Amino acid sequence: MGIRVLTVEDDERIRTSVKLALEDEGWHVDEAASGEDAVALFSHHTPDVVLIDIMLPGIDGFELCRTIRRSSDVPIVMVTARADTHDVVAGLEAGADDYLTKPFAPKELAARIRALLRRVRPTATGHSKLTFGDLEIIPDEGKVLLAGAEVVLTKTEFRLLCELANDPGGVFSRESLLDKVWGYDYFGDGRLVDVHIRRLRMKVETDPANPRHVVTVRGLGYRLES
Amino acid sequence: MTSTFIEPRQTKYRLTRARRLIRRALPRRIGLRNRILIIFGAGAMILSIILALSTFGFTRASLVQQRELTEINQAYINARRVQNELVVDRTDVVGALEQAGTSLRMLFIDGRWVSSSANFTESLVPTSLKTRTVSDKSPAIMVVERAGRAAILIGIPLERVNATYFELDTMREVHDALSSVRLALILAGGFTTIVGVGLGVFASRRAVRPLANAAQAARAIADGRLDTRLEPTDDPDLQALTAAFNEMVATLQSRAERDARFTSDVSHELRSPLMTLAASAQVMQARRDELSERSQAALDLLVSDVARFQSLVEDLLEISRFDAGVVRLVREPLRVVEFVRQAVAVSSLPRTPIEANPAVTDAVIHGDRRRLARVIANLIDNARVHSGGSPRVLVTTDDAAQPGAYVWIVVEDDGEGLIAGETEKIFERFSRGGAAGRRSGQEGAGLGLALALEHVTLHGGRIWAENRTDGIRGARFVVELPVEQPMATTGGTR
Repeated sequence: MGIRVLTVEDDERIRTSVKLALEDEGWHVDEAASGEDAVALFSHHTPDVVLIDIMLPGIDGFELCRTIRRSSDVPIVMVTARADTHDVVAGLEAGADDYLTKPFAPKELAARIRALLRRVRPTATGHSKLTFGDLEIIPDEGKVLLAGAEVVLTKTEFRLLCELANDPGGVFSRESLLDKVWGYDYFGDGRLVDVHIRRLRMKVETDPANPRHVVTVRGLGYRLES
Repeated sequence: MTSTFIEPRQTKYRLTRARRLIRRALPRRIGLRNRILIIFGAGAMILSIILALSTFGFTRASLVQQRELTEINQAYINARRVQNELVVDRTDVVGALEQAGTSLRMLFIDGRWVSSSANFTESLVPTSLKTRTVSDKSPAIMVVERAGRAAILIGIPLERVNATYFELDTMREVHDALSSVRLALILAGGFTTIVGVGLGVFASRRAVRPLANAAQAARAIADGRLDTRLEPTDDPDLQALTAAFNEMVATLQSRAERDARFTSDVSHELRSPLMTLAASAQVMQARRDELSERSQAALDLLVSDVARFQSLVEDLLEISRFDAGVVRLVREPLRVVEFVRQAVAVSSLPRTPIEANPAVTDAVIHGDRRRLARVIANLIDNARVHSGGSPRVLVTTDDAAQPGAYVWIVVEDDGEGLIAGETEKIFERFSRGGAAGRRSGQEGAGLGLALALEHVTLHGGRIWAENRTDGIRGARFVVELPVEQPMATTGGTR
């Protein structure tokens, strides 16, 4: 079955060139020139990956991202004009799984999409159930329970938690998490990890300001504690 | 530089001449501060000399006058006493003189001189005084010179004994008093001059302070801090300078910003079409085999030059951000060795060997990952393009200075090395390393090292180039970055 990519970009020439390049990968590409078009297309055909340019006429990329997140955990890649602005963090906070800086090569985009898709396929950790105090992870079912109540995580957040759970108490550097969770040879951005950790804490910690499960090890990385 | 020349008007002639004289006395090379100092010091000295001289003159005149009055009275009393003695016994002239106190006395009697002391002889009596007293028989007073000092000489005719009495007052007390006054005045004059010099120092500092501020501001502007301004002042003399200076800087700043914005805008506008070009070229490349040989060659050219164009535009955009001063670092703690490994892995020569000094294994720097990776990538590109050799990366520390305070990331190559005098120039924009650069000519726009310099400087570090010191021919580029966390071990990571 073919993979479906929804690309939201207002510049027609860029959109067309990206579509051509991604179709070379054998994927089906839906195009949307605005956020409104994207929402309509999304409800019609749910894609496997969404590619969103932040600068859009009408509803902007952040808003579109939040709208999609309300109903779906589909992997989202944000496209920003500059990597050193707060756009990146804002995009990740809005629910994006990864980001790309313009200009990007279609090959790089394809690599990222492949990695995202690989990541969301369930991987066996060999445990049917992991317990950390009041936090329970059931990897096979993709379920996480906090004090008995189910917590809804996006696929990236779930992967991140599972990686940390693979070695309870061990320290994971940002780099190793980027490598394992985002999954490809990628000279990453620590913010990607930091923002996802923050979002994960909002869901699995009783008090996100004083995390007890997902703990920061200053200068080194993160660790999961029970 | 153009200068406006104002013709000196006739009325101003004398003033100009005086000024010219002063200017001649104070050569140009003397700085403003010293000139003020000299004017104050010399002014104080001249004033105190004038004051001292006039004070001394008046004091002396009044003291002498007073002394004269006293002396005249005393001399009359003494003269009467001598006359009385002589009336009794005209032969005992010496005895009669002795009756008249202790001052220097002399009698002219019967055509001869009789003195009470060898210090007072007739030679001291001027002819005019003698004529007046002896011949005209009228009393007279005169100031005479004796042993280099002024003395009062009084002549009184003794009519009853037909003689003339002379008395000389050396005014010792007056002279003593005057010498004390002189010493006091000299000391006061010296003190006043010193105070004048002190005031001069103070005044010159005050006068020069606005200039020093302006110089400091100008230096700051030269260093690129274009938002520097002189503080507004209510001093009407300085207002003109301050206003003109600030206006100049504002013009400079807006021009620099306009230039930077223009570069940024141009680069930005080029980005989107370039991206489309690159993506389309890539689509064509996927179908390269379907093309004829000629088309393939043309496509290869297109692809490689689009890539080159893209990197040039990115570099320009980056550097224009530095020029506009809008670069903000996205800093995070980075474990140097691990970071360098990753940066090398994504560079154009991912298999470049890396050697790490065990001392820096746990060193953490506070840096912008993307920018520092660009620095390393640019240095590796530079080594690849300009030396043609294979680079090597060392991560070490400068243990000579403060061990552990800085970490060094060194990129070495075994190329032709650097030409003397080139080590600074290669960090300039669009500069290409001497012979080696021209030889391999095509790749890179010459912005890589300039960008590396900007990135490293923004991190509070230094970057420099030198020839290898280990005896092997080749260049080495050193990036020195401050270490955030002491190089202590805190357990391993995965």
